[in-house]
Amino acid sequence: MRIFTMVQWSPYIVGILIGALNLVAMLLSDKVLGASTSYAKASGMVRNFFDKEYVKKNEFYLQNAINIDWGFMLVVGIIIGAFISAALSNDFSLVLVPNMWANEISNSFFVRFIIAVFGGIVLGIGSRWAGGCTSGHGISGTSQLSVLSWVASIFFFIGGIATAFLIYGF
Amino acid sequence: MTKLHENKNMQLFLGLLMGIVFGFLLHKGGVSKYDIILAQLRLTDFTVLKIMLSAVIVTMLGISYLYPKGMVKIQVKPGSIKNSIIGGLIFGVGFATLGYCPGTIAAAVGNGYLDGLIGGMIGIIIGSGIYAAFYSDWKKKRLITEDKYSSLSMFDSMKGNPFRYTLPFSAILVIFMIILEIAEL
Repeated sequence: MRIFTMVQWSPYIVGILIGALNLVAMLLSDKVLGASTSYAKASGMVRNFFDKEYVKKNEFYLQNAINIDWGFMLVVGIIIGAFISAALSNDFSLVLVPNMWANEISNSFFVRFIIAVFGGIVLGIGSRWAGGCTSGHGISGTSQLSVLSWVASIFFFIGGIATAFLIYGF
Repeated sequence: MTKLHENKNMQLFLGLLMGIVFGFLLHKGGVSKYDIILAQLRLTDFTVLKIMLSAVIVTMLGISYLYPKGMVKIQVKPGSIKNSIIGGLIFGVGFATLGYCPGTIAAAVGNGYLDGLIGGMIGIIIGSGIYAAFYSDWKKKRLITEDKYSSLSMFDSMKGNPFRYTLPFSAILVIFMIILEIAEL
C-alpha cells in the first residue's frame, strides 16, 4: 500500500480525515479532540507524587480531576500513531535540533533544550489560561462554533506569528 | 450509545485507538515537524492552516447534521473573551518558541524529535503546574474570568436548520483557502 508509505499527504485530505475523526469521537466517546488538558492532569500526577495534601486542596485540581481518561490515552495514542506513520514511510529519525533552528539560530542541543523547556512552560500556562490548544480550541471548539474558541485561535496565531518573526527576523 | 459512553475501559481503549489515528494523520500532514510549524508562523507555508480549516469545515458540517438529531452533544469550554485573548497570546508566544503545540508535540515525539520529548513536553507539564498553582489567586484578582460567552456555542443560538448558517460559513472558509493557495504560488 503505497499510500501508507508516503511521507506526506495533501493537507486537505489530512484535514478532512481529522474532521471525520472528530465526529467519530463525538459519536462513540462523547468527546472532542484536544490535547492540552492531559498535560494539566500529568502535572497533577507529578505533584501528587510529592505532595498529596497540596493537590487535595488546590482549586484547579479539584475542578479538573487528575486521572487517566480518554483524553490522556488520546495523547499516548498520538505518539504511537505518529511513530507508525513515520516508520512506515521511512521518516523516523532521532533529531536533537530541528533543521531550521540549527541552520538559522544555533546547532547546540543545550541552547535548543533550554528554549524548548521555556517555550513549553509558556505554552502550558497559555493553553490553560485560554482553556485549550490548537486542537481543543483551534479545531474542536471552532467547529462547534464557540466564540471563545474562535477568539483564542486567532490570538494563538497573532502571538505565534509575531514571536516567530521576533526569533527569526523579518 | 450511552452504554458505550459509560464503559470506562472501552473508552480508554477508544481514546488510544483514536489517538493512534490522530497521530498517524498529524505525521502524514507533516505537522509533527518543527520546520513545517515554524514555516506556517513565518507565513512561508500554510500547511497547518489548511489542515485546521479543512478539519473545521468537516466537523462543523457533521455537527450541523448530527446535533439537531440529538446524536452528538455540544461541548465547548468555559471562559471569557479576556481569557481567550490573554491566554491566546501567551499560547502563541510558547507555540513559536517551542515550535510545537500540545497535540503536535506528541506526534513530533513519535517522529523522533528529542527536543520535543525531553524539552517541550516537560515544559508544558511544568507550565500547566504553574497555572494550577496560581489559579485561585488569578481568579480572585479577576485575571481569569467567565463572561456571557462561557460554554456558549452558536449552534444553540441558531433558529431553524443549522446548515443555513454553516454552509455559507464553510463557503467563506473554502474561499479563504483558495486565496491562500493562490497567494502561495
